[in-house]
Amino acid sequence: MQDFGAAFVEAFALIVNFDAQLAEIIGLSLRVTLSAVVIACVIGLPLGALLAVTRFPGRGLVVAVISGLMGLPPVVVGLGVYLLLSSAGPLGVLQLLYTPTAMIIAQAILVTPIVAALTRQVIDDLHIEYDELLRSLGSSRMETVATLLWDARYSLLTAALAGLGRAFAEVGAVMIVGGNINHVTRVMTTAIALETSKGALALALGLGIILVCLSVLINAGLMGLRRTAERMAYA
Amino acid sequence: MPEVLAMDFAEEIETEPAIVLEDLVFARGGRRLVDRLSMTLGPAGVTALMGPNGAGKSLTLRLIAGLIEPDRGQVRFAGGDPAPQEMALVFQKPVLLRRSVRANLDHALKTYGVPRRERAGRLAELLALGQLESLAERPARVLSGGEQQRVAMVRALVAGPRYLLLDEPTVSLDPQATAAIEALVSRAVADGARVILVTHDRGQAQRLADDIRFLHKGRLVEAASAARFFRAPQSAEARAYLAGELLL
Amino acid sequence: MHAKALRSVVPALLVAALVLAPERATAEDFIIVQSTTSTQNSGLYDHLLPQFREKTGIEVRVVAVGTGQAIKNAQNCDGDVLLVHAKAAEERFVAEGYGVSRSDVMYNDFVLVGPAADDAAIAGGKDVTAALAKIEAAAAPFASRGDDSGTHKKELALWTAAGIDPLGASGTWYRETGSGMGATLNIAVGMGAYAMTDRATWIAFGNKAGHRILVEGDERLFNQYGIILVNPERCANVKAEQGQRFIDWILSDEGQSAIADYRRDGKQLFFPNARIS
Repeated sequence: MQDFGAAFVEAFALIVNFDAQLAEIIGLSLRVTLSAVVIACVIGLPLGALLAVTRFPGRGLVVAVISGLMGLPPVVVGLGVYLLLSSAGPLGVLQLLYTPTAMIIAQAILVTPIVAALTRQVIDDLHIEYDELLRSLGSSRMETVATLLWDARYSLLTAALAGLGRAFAEVGAVMIVGGNINHVTRVMTTAIALETSKGALALALGLGIILVCLSVLINAGLMGLRRTAERMAYA
Repeated sequence: MPEVLAMDFAEEIETEPAIVLEDLVFARGGRRLVDRLSMTLGPAGVTALMGPNGAGKSLTLRLIAGLIEPDRGQVRFAGGDPAPQEMALVFQKPVLLRRSVRANLDHALKTYGVPRRERAGRLAELLALGQLESLAERPARVLSGGEQQRVAMVRALVAGPRYLLLDEPTVSLDPQATAAIEALVSRAVADGARVILVTHDRGQAQRLADDIRFLHKGRLVEAASAARFFRAPQSAEARAYLAGELLL
Repeated sequence: MHAKALRSVVPALLVAALVLAPERATAEDFIIVQSTTSTQNSGLYDHLLPQFREKTGIEVRVVAVGTGQAIKNAQNCDGDVLLVHAKAAEERFVAEGYGVSRSDVMYNDFVLVGPAADDAAIAGGKDVTAALAKIEAAAAPFASRGDDSGTHKKELALWTAAGIDPLGASGTWYRETGSGMGATLNIAVGMGAYAMTDRATWIAFGNKAGHRILVEGDERLFNQYGIILVNPERCANVKAEQGQRFIDWILSDEGQSAIADYRRDGKQLFFPNARIS
């Protein structure tokens, strides 16, 4: 397919001529995605840890539901958030539809179950090791959660990165609640969808290549940071 | 079936016991791992729980610590259940947080509710006590086994516990590291801690223990002063155990 | 420990503060126009909107979806102005009180496109219903939007005019893509199928491969765009004043000639036909 080679040329040209429009789209992508992941971590980390350290009837079901929600279809989330934020919806007065905030909300909903489910797994293992010690010290539940989260922080980075990957690549939800408005809510993925629908396949693929490169860069950067920090803490 | 329970406490039984275990039963998978265990422990000194593998020593220690609940019976303490900082545990394999030595000790102080102002001074004392000053900023989990257990031991002493429960604390350590741990135990005893020590090490029991409780198959078989137990064990099981014959 | 915790907490908070910085500080003076992918993909808005903003300072934010969804969104009060191409649905929208009134803005036309091989031999014809009948007779693949959009409604009306019910053949030669115009064209090109598209989208479309226009010029392929102000009496959040200014401008001589000026590859894509009273 001749478009494939053209896509790399296109991607290279985009990077070389790095223009304001591209910078704006990349900037908004990063802002929306990182905000969503920060919010998802604020909710998902304690939630996952709490699930790991508590035992209550129906816990298995809650764990199964949260794990299942890792596969939430973005379009469904987008539709749900649209109905909530629509002027005809219950939160319509906030006038958040077609703003980056709406996109952040939708992506936070998508990412929170991922962070919570992966956190539960990581904390489960550490909790088995720390349980008797912390109980003998008389740690309250909140202190236990805080200790486990802090000590698992480097492993939990992986959970955050999984969420970041999901948010960064997602198009269905942000398309519906953001509206792909030029200069306002257009991000990398919705721009790719738009260029595809215009039949500008090489340009779309070129943007895709840039998206993948950014994703790899962010991951590599954070993993490198983790390795350095871990070395400082463990050795 | 009535057991022959050899008793020879005339010298060491106290009139006011500090800990009373009453008819404890702990069963898993239909088997009683601790079987109608009753014993009394006096207010001071070191008691060693001895017995072959599977005798229920570690379970008994955890029942006393309240880490597991008995299916039957109860553990009573003179003056009511101790607060967390009044009872400390050291495990066979040290459980250390993924933090520096200092942060590990600080975490225990903080959990015990010691105000920040007092913690710095207390930390310096504790590091000196365990001769850990040079290791203070090292990540605890990269230390040698002996150093790690020393950290765990010092952490158990942060609040000057009334009860100190030790579960085979030196089982995997070399003689030098073992001596360091035993010195800390003696120091705690001198400071008034009531020590319960699970050990297989006959020499250690002789060095540290005032009296012995010998368990077999979840039951108390013999209770005696340490001197008496090692000189003239009364029960067939204890004799066989001390002779190095496997008992299960 | 304390200092270490600070060292890691402070950057985290900084990042959070940066990414969560308030965003509504920009352009309070904006309106949302619910419109169609065909107008957006043609690039017309990129040509018109800067001129309008230059003149009035009002930013126009275009949400481009199918006509069906655009009308639905406007019914939910999620927009100030509706600019779509499905006259009957638009008139119903106004009649039911969702919109204030409807005005013609411009038109373009639909065309039938297809592969160079042209198995149904429709090339060069002008009669659209005859062409559709040939496609059916040849059972040649035809890619339909199938998404209740303005284009889709138009296409169904033409099949009816030809006396054919293509839905009976859905899944065989008649393929309902359920997608936007561009996506449907990509599919048509991919499977060598015929398709009906508005001319503007086709001219701007970048993935034509061997496909080309086969039937055009039939009056029944006329594609009228209308503009409607969402009813502020139903939707209190509607920015009626700014929305009306946009409508007035696009219907004015200035707006109309701006539409006529827009060209792709030297071809005019939209033909203004507002009837100013």
